[in-house]
Amino acid sequence: MAEVEKRQDRSPVPSAFEYASAPESRDIVRLEERYGLFVGGEWMAPSSGEHAPSVAPRDEEPLAEVAYAGPEDVDLAVGTARDAFADGWSDLPSSERAKYLFRIARVLQERSREFAVLESLDGGKPIRESRDVDLPLAAAHFFYYAGWADKLEYAFPNRRPRPIGVAGQIIPWNFPLLMLSWKIAPALAAGNTVVLKPAESTPLTALLFCDVLRQAELPAGVVNIVTGDGRAGAELVKHPGVDKIAFTGSTEVGKEIMRLVAGTGKKLTLELGGKAANVIFDDAPLDQAVEGIINGIYFNQGHVCCAGSRLFVQESVYEEVLAKLKRRMGTLRVGDPLDKNTDVGAINSREQLERIKELVASGEEEGAEIYQPPCRLPEKGWWFPPTVFTNVAQSYRIAQEEIFGPVLSVLTFRTPDEAVEKANNTPYGLSAGVWTEKGSRILSMAQRLRAGVIWANTYNRFDPTSPFGGYQESGFGREGGLHGLGPYLEFDE
Amino acid sequence: MSRLPVRKTYKLYLGGAFPRSESGRTYEVEGANVALGSRKDVRDAVRAARGAFPKWASMTAYNRGQVLYRVAEMMEGRKAEFAELTGDEAEVDAAVDRWVWYAGWADKLAQVLGSSNPVAGPYFNFTVPEPTGIVGIVAPEEPPLAGLVSRLAPAVVGGNVAVVLASEHRPLAAITLAEVLATSDVPGGVVNVITGRKRELSPVLAGHMDVNALDLAGATDDVAELERLAADNVKRIARNGDGQSLWHAAAFLELKTVWHPIGV
Repeated sequence: MAEVEKRQDRSPVPSAFEYASAPESRDIVRLEERYGLFVGGEWMAPSSGEHAPSVAPRDEEPLAEVAYAGPEDVDLAVGTARDAFADGWSDLPSSERAKYLFRIARVLQERSREFAVLESLDGGKPIRESRDVDLPLAAAHFFYYAGWADKLEYAFPNRRPRPIGVAGQIIPWNFPLLMLSWKIAPALAAGNTVVLKPAESTPLTALLFCDVLRQAELPAGVVNIVTGDGRAGAELVKHPGVDKIAFTGSTEVGKEIMRLVAGTGKKLTLELGGKAANVIFDDAPLDQAVEGIINGIYFNQGHVCCAGSRLFVQESVYEEVLAKLKRRMGTLRVGDPLDKNTDVGAINSREQLERIKELVASGEEEGAEIYQPPCRLPEKGWWFPPTVFTNVAQSYRIAQEEIFGPVLSVLTFRTPDEAVEKANNTPYGLSAGVWTEKGSRILSMAQRLRAGVIWANTYNRFDPTSPFGGYQESGFGREGGLHGLGPYLEFDE
Repeated sequence: MSRLPVRKTYKLYLGGAFPRSESGRTYEVEGANVALGSRKDVRDAVRAARGAFPKWASMTAYNRGQVLYRVAEMMEGRKAEFAELTGDEAEVDAAVDRWVWYAGWADKLAQVLGSSNPVAGPYFNFTVPEPTGIVGIVAPEEPPLAGLVSRLAPAVVGGNVAVVLASEHRPLAAITLAEVLATSDVPGGVVNVITGRKRELSPVLAGHMDVNALDLAGATDDVAELERLAADNVKRIARNGDGQSLWHAAAFLELKTVWHPIGV
């Protein structure tokens, strides 16, 4: 095995294998030219009169016109959700509530290819990922929480769990349908009704989800989807008829939401940004670790709040890890999200591409060394090649700020203590990775890293049963698992 | 001629010591000159708390439970003094019993709040509670002793450290409690008690970037403004909490989930 590797070292892998393209057909997706707001089980034109196109990141093709909700629209949606809560949903036997959620899970499974294609079209993520990660997990999330709906007394014994009322939910553009499922499934399982605002650059799978609700025959008004930009989100947060806010997005906006909610007594959960450390010890299985590094930062173009964007390598294996990493980067296929061979898709929006470019430029200016494997990027659309920075100081912006793109900063350490200190040197605390063959070291690192999710000898794994959420400025509250139910319930203390 | 009693000077409790306010200020309350804590005293207390956090958080849960039980023991021995300060012996009994109740929770939190998660893949996956860090406590004005203990005990039982703004109008019980803590094996800096004006000091605590959580049960002024300040570093906020509850402790605990592959 070692010999084979040596030989590979001498003859570098060609920068890109030639692959025949294997495009997934987009015919399975039928889009309307224009979408309204989904309120009370009906489509309605926004009273604001505003629409804007949702654009495909891969070629800037306008896919459909989407409504931008104004204050009156948000008000109507919240009122509708309130009525639906009072008019039956909260009194429905919980076993019936469960069955609606099971139905939704099943319909999502049945229509998963259609959703996967649309997710890749609208968001730019590789079809392999939408198909194998986003859709299975979204369906599984509904299936998992469906089972909780009529077992809340067992989850919270002696606390008389009961629904809160209307949940206002705001989701990001990196995992649109998956984040929708993380929000809606526990909210409904707990007996609440929902007003959900998708991200402005990726609203289409949420709008298609309304058709799933129709097929599942979910009572009108229980889930309302209100598209728009940050203005609609702010209206939702401020609305006095909303009892609970759940937000996933940037730390900056999360703080703004906290300020808006201050003094109102509304319940709040925030899942915000991150700048995760991925720590590689010298006894780690390096080939697996390199796969973990690649998956940690280039999965979903690095548009991942828990991305392993700060790599800490123990000095004694630094050269080896870097060589392996660069070689592996050369085999990543960047291109059409609908091509089944694609590893890294398109950047979600022009704004995000500009932000990535700006931070990468700052890294070069501050003195870090940049490496990008040679790769041909498509002419149309928004793209950024997999990027790694070495010679990074902890103070550099690329080591401090969330880039939310395929950009990795590499730092080194000598001792476990130094690794812990550097890894924890951030206002965030969403996730962290650790790679070592030594069991006691894994457990010690898992204890000492201040983050809500620790991946040991793996990275970027998700599951409906596994609580997810951050320490510090990465937010509070957990989504997933039994712990994800509590934020949607009221209790006797 | 009857004997002239020796009076006590009521000072701050900060990093395990009893300093005067760095400002040199005092205010007259409950028949004593009590330290009128300053913004800098609050910042110093936060620094002391941060220094004490790693050791307190990494102590075994069993050990932490024993230390908190020791607090109850020491309080029991000074019941007469506390009863004189609070004017309510039942309140003192309740405060002692509350320490006992929370002391017993220390090594049970992880079993009740944690979980093993059956993920759909070859991974071992578990969730455990961990302390969030420094909890800023604006203690209730009344009752001066049981009110404070009801907020402090759930904060520290899970491994958090605390900076307390004592009852402004009845601070003496809080300082006497600090004397108990100082003689109860609670490491210095785990609990820090500042006396003074809440209107002046609460915003410093709420806006401090190294405070992780805020307990506003005793906030008397503009709660909304304190919550806005807390947003600057996404503090966890607890708003109320009468009585005793596991959930008061859980409010200041993070949940950490660890994944590891299963294989041969």
